[in-house]
Amino acid sequence: MVHVSEFDKIYNDAQRQGRISFYMTSRGEEAASVGSAAALQPSDMVLPQYRELGVFFWRGMTMAEIANQLCANALDRAHGRQLPLHTGSAERNIIYVKSTLGTQCPHAAGVAYSLKQGGGERVAICYLGEGTSSEGDFPSGLNIAAVHGCPVVFFCRNNGYAISTSSSDQYAGDGVAPRGPAYGLPTIRIDGNDLLAVVAATQRARAIAIEQRRPVLVEAMTYRIGAHSTSDDDSAYRNPHAPEQGWDSERAYWEARSPIIRFGRYLQSLGWWSPQMEEDLRKATRKQVIKSLNDASAAPKPNNAYLFSDVYDEPSWLQRDQEAALNAHLDKYPEHYPAVVR
Amino acid sequence: MLSSLPRRAARQLRGVAAPSLRGAARPLSTAPSDAPEEEPETKKLTMVAAINDALRIALKTDESAVVFGEDVAFGGVFRCTMGLRDEFGEERVLNMPINEQGLVGFGIGLAAVGSTAIAEVQFADYIFPAMDQICNEAAKFRYRSGAEFDCGGLTIRAPAQAVGHGGHYHSQSPEAYFAHTPGLKVVYPRDAYTAKGLLLSCIRDRNPCLFFEPKILYRSSVCDVPTGDYMLPLGEAEVLSPGEHITCVAWGAQVHTMARACERAAAEGVSCEVIDLQTIAPWDMHTIRDSVQKTGRLLVTHEAPLTAGFGAEVAAAIQDACFDHLEAPIARVCGADTPFPLAFEKLYLPDELKIYDAIMRTVQY
Ligand SMILES: Cc1ncc(C[n+]2csc(CCOP(=O)(O)OP(=O)(O)O)c2C)c(N)n1
Ligand SMILES: [Mg+2]
Repeated sequence: MVHVSEFDKIYNDAQRQGRISFYMTSRGEEAASVGSAAALQPSDMVLPQYRELGVFFWRGMTMAEIANQLCANALDRAHGRQLPLHTGSAERNIIYVKSTLGTQCPHAAGVAYSLKQGGGERVAICYLGEGTSSEGDFPSGLNIAAVHGCPVVFFCRNNGYAISTSSSDQYAGDGVAPRGPAYGLPTIRIDGNDLLAVVAATQRARAIAIEQRRPVLVEAMTYRIGAHSTSDDDSAYRNPHAPEQGWDSERAYWEARSPIIRFGRYLQSLGWWSPQMEEDLRKATRKQVIKSLNDASAAPKPNNAYLFSDVYDEPSWLQRDQEAALNAHLDKYPEHYPAVVR
Repeated sequence: MLSSLPRRAARQLRGVAAPSLRGAARPLSTAPSDAPEEEPETKKLTMVAAINDALRIALKTDESAVVFGEDVAFGGVFRCTMGLRDEFGEERVLNMPINEQGLVGFGIGLAAVGSTAIAEVQFADYIFPAMDQICNEAAKFRYRSGAEFDCGGLTIRAPAQAVGHGGHYHSQSPEAYFAHTPGLKVVYPRDAYTAKGLLLSCIRDRNPCLFFEPKILYRSSVCDVPTGDYMLPLGEAEVLSPGEHITCVAWGAQVHTMARACERAAAEGVSCEVIDLQTIAPWDMHTIRDSVQKTGRLLVTHEAPLTAGFGAEVAAAIQDACFDHLEAPIARVCGADTPFPLAFEKLYLPDELKIYDAIMRTVQY
């Protein structure tokens, strides 16, 4: 969680300085991604939304790997084609992030069905925000998964906001959890800022998915402390009122309940942790993060041949002809395209 | 061959970014037609402010108008709906749950019984979940009921086109998908002035309209915009600058890129007729035809991929209408046949130099 937190700080600032094009933090929601990832096996398939940096780290993606993707450099396995944080890893069983909300839900049912057919003890986990639960693909995914007994954990991070839209404008019912039983899914709602609750609930969900061959819905209640993304100014809409008296704002209330603080306190109560240890960990992590940014920024940009590859398994004559025409154009006007890597 | 072409001052094309308003604005006026038309009062506005203005006028002049979409209540992610909720209330400016097919379907329902529905899809890239509602429902509502019902009161606004760093899902130009469905009008403004006038026309048109806003122009396009109520005609292209040697057609933000290429060609003595198509469906074939019959050459450019882009339709229809006049193959300068790539955006796009090069190749053919 501290890795995620320090990474977020440096890269959010890096975007402000124009070093990367875009960023989204997990501030306040670190437990949801880290805890759920910790409850799974490395062979389980992950279908992320986009605020699951903790899953990437837990699965062993390195800071350098993620930094290369954020900087869209030549070392990014997807050749800088996608927005920052829109990454994944076949090696770590993480399907790539995309921006289109909700589409991962029916995918997850299909992935899980295939895993079931494969006969192993593998599940799929499908992440989504509470805003995304409004997309038609979410109930589609739940229903298909339930009807066909797909071992998938639908993990909803309910962080109270979808960009500016508070959850009160998103649904009139009692959140996302009641939709589970409606489609026949065992369902649990948990305190998403309680790391151990997230781990325990996801472990249990995974066990049900495997033993009973059916999908499970987890709704983790948390709070988006940061802005939606670097393109967003949350001061324009964030609710100023704290849910309880004694707090300056909604955000201050939730900052005090952030999972890193809560889990840190718990560890301290066991005598395993101290503020000094956290400070040391943060410092060391920050160094690593800064190094990842500097290294990734210094790497060359991707070769322009990757503009045309991967559209199909093999380029069609269209991509081949267009690539040749582009190269002829670049040869004719080289001074106009100084930054192009060929 | 080029030397035989008359030299043209590049100046000719300069006015393209902010065309003169004189005569172009059509204020809704109740004055008798023989009364001298008053010059409308104007204000320098960004495209965001001009769209906001159009929405305000629509809400003010039509009690049944409702504005809705994801995040519109606080002003929208691009701030186009700023202040509307405060001014017109929660019942007329609605946040929508994140569900594009749902919100478009909601708009069809509103329009089917006579309300004016003004939907915002947050990005044109996210319009696809609503494809069924748009192409199978909105587009066929009138036809399938023998015109007993229609949803002409529906307008869908969506920010489209490249922005410099949008990657796959914040950059697309999906006009051709919708132009392929009869029954829909598809419109692109090129600046703040056309945005306000064309949006008001879409809102009041009796057909479902898709209004694609080139998001790169939201704040960069600033021009004189009449403060009052005015509409610009749908289905009409606008000749922005007359020329002799080649007709150049684009829409949206690409009009500006193309105009720069034409300036570059003008310095080489090539005179380009610069046309903003404005309405993609139903498109103004006659203006393009008349122009090509004069120039003998045509170039079409758009950001969307080449294959089955709307340029293909323009090229096919014009070769049919102008076969005897054409002196060179019709040039298409378009996006690559790939998804829209973050790192390669500059190479993917039909930039000024690619257009310039195609103009020169065409006139030298
Ligand atoms: C189909 C689609 N519609 C709209 C958007 C624009 N959009 C991006 S993120 C977002 C909010 C999602 O909120 P939520 O699911 O709660 O996730 P959170 O950001 O809170 O983690 C929206 C509306 C999109 N990416 N895809
Ligand atoms: Mg949310």
